[in-house]
Amino acid sequence: MITKRIIPCLDVKDGRVVKGVNFKNLNDVSSPVELGKFYSDCGADELVFYDITASSDGRQLFTDILKEVASNIFIPLTVGGGINTIEDFDRVLKCGADKVSVNSGAIKNPNLISEAAKKYGNQCVVISADVKRVDGEFRVFAKGGREDTGIEAISWIRKCVELGAGEVVVNSIDTDGVKKGFDIEMLKAVCEAVNVPVIASGGAGSKQDFVKLFKEIPDIDAGLAASIFHFGEVEIADLKKTLKENNIIVRS
Amino acid sequence: MIAIIDYGVGNLFSLSSSFKKIGAEVMITSNPEDIKNADKLVLPGVGAFGDAAEKLRNSGLDKLIIEEANKGKKLLGICLGMQLLFDKSFEYGEHNGLGLISGNVIPMENNIPKNLKIPHIGWNALKFHNASPLFKYINEGDCVYFVHSFYADNCEDALIASSEYGKQITAAVAKDNVFGCQFHPEKSGNIGLNILKAFCELGD
Repeated sequence: MITKRIIPCLDVKDGRVVKGVNFKNLNDVSSPVELGKFYSDCGADELVFYDITASSDGRQLFTDILKEVASNIFIPLTVGGGINTIEDFDRVLKCGADKVSVNSGAIKNPNLISEAAKKYGNQCVVISADVKRVDGEFRVFAKGGREDTGIEAISWIRKCVELGAGEVVVNSIDTDGVKKGFDIEMLKAVCEAVNVPVIASGGAGSKQDFVKLFKEIPDIDAGLAASIFHFGEVEIADLKKTLKENNIIVRS
Repeated sequence: MIAIIDYGVGNLFSLSSSFKKIGAEVMITSNPEDIKNADKLVLPGVGAFGDAAEKLRNSGLDKLIIEEANKGKKLLGICLGMQLLFDKSFEYGEHNGLGLISGNVIPMENNIPKNLKIPHIGWNALKFHNASPLFKYINEGDCVYFVHSFYADNCEDALIASSEYGKQITAAVAKDNVFGCQFHPEKSGNIGLNILKAFCELGD
């Protein structure tokens, strides 16, 4: 059977990994290549690089560094951040990305999903949604979770999949940063709504949070996290061992 | 020299990087002379079978690949490139492949249990069937990375590895000098690199 995936997410600004990465054995803790290698060697099943650069110069640095990452790391790479046009898809795919994640770009122009899916295949298009509870419903937020779009999240995600998104990343703003576990209720609702892989994001604080995620939602495909991996609070090899002990199938 | 055949389907950056990583000399080419002069051939591919088969035919590369394979040159098809080695595909219609390995490519839809997601995306374990030199550096149970919605069927004679996804799914095939992987060795970490290394080391 297909294994459950563990995915570290790295934020990159001006070609460098940002947001406190804390590893002793790395010469350069903000090098995307070194960190990517490190995670790949630890057993990460996939890497997500999120470009948080605002300037176009920084964007060029990102694409250059992405090429270097893809020449050195041989696991699937997903790239997100600043993807607004089909040219943006082209730009990162040419540098070795396997999947492209869209968020605000799809909210502005949902046809971007269908256009990209048609050109590169559904498997290449990931819809990433920042979701928060507002007035008793799940709402999609844009601009890095700062702006309430007023769009109901479950129907939005379903629409994106119908348009051709081949994978969904659900980031719960409500649980993000709290480190008390993934948003099981929200993730369950998404898994029931779509029949493509769903990746859980936001809230992981311990190994047990991943065990709970995969036990309570057998349909969920992957767990994504950033800081707990970067700060070494959870080590991927150790996490996989724990998952295995709990009869969750993972790649060793 | 290994020639990765470029016929306008998909991105070959990672594939060529992975061969470089294991120290192989590799070129991406659509030039018939390069393909004739290469020691080994790799046929990549993503996207739709019908499109890809047409591109191969329009460029005349289909005949050249068959010719070179029939001369005994080692050929590795990857993902859609593996599917193209077969007789026929039933992906949106009916399309002829290269016919180097007998069998057909059929959809997962309606052929695997309904509760399973399609495409089959992610890491899955290999079960070995016929012994193959392609696997000399890896073990049964090792995981490789798949992304596909169609699979090769009715190819037991050539089956060297399968994975379980609701049923037995063809993961790798071999017939004499012709090899194919449904999964992406260039995205399967060290296991994948070790499969490519074994392919590079195959004697002529």
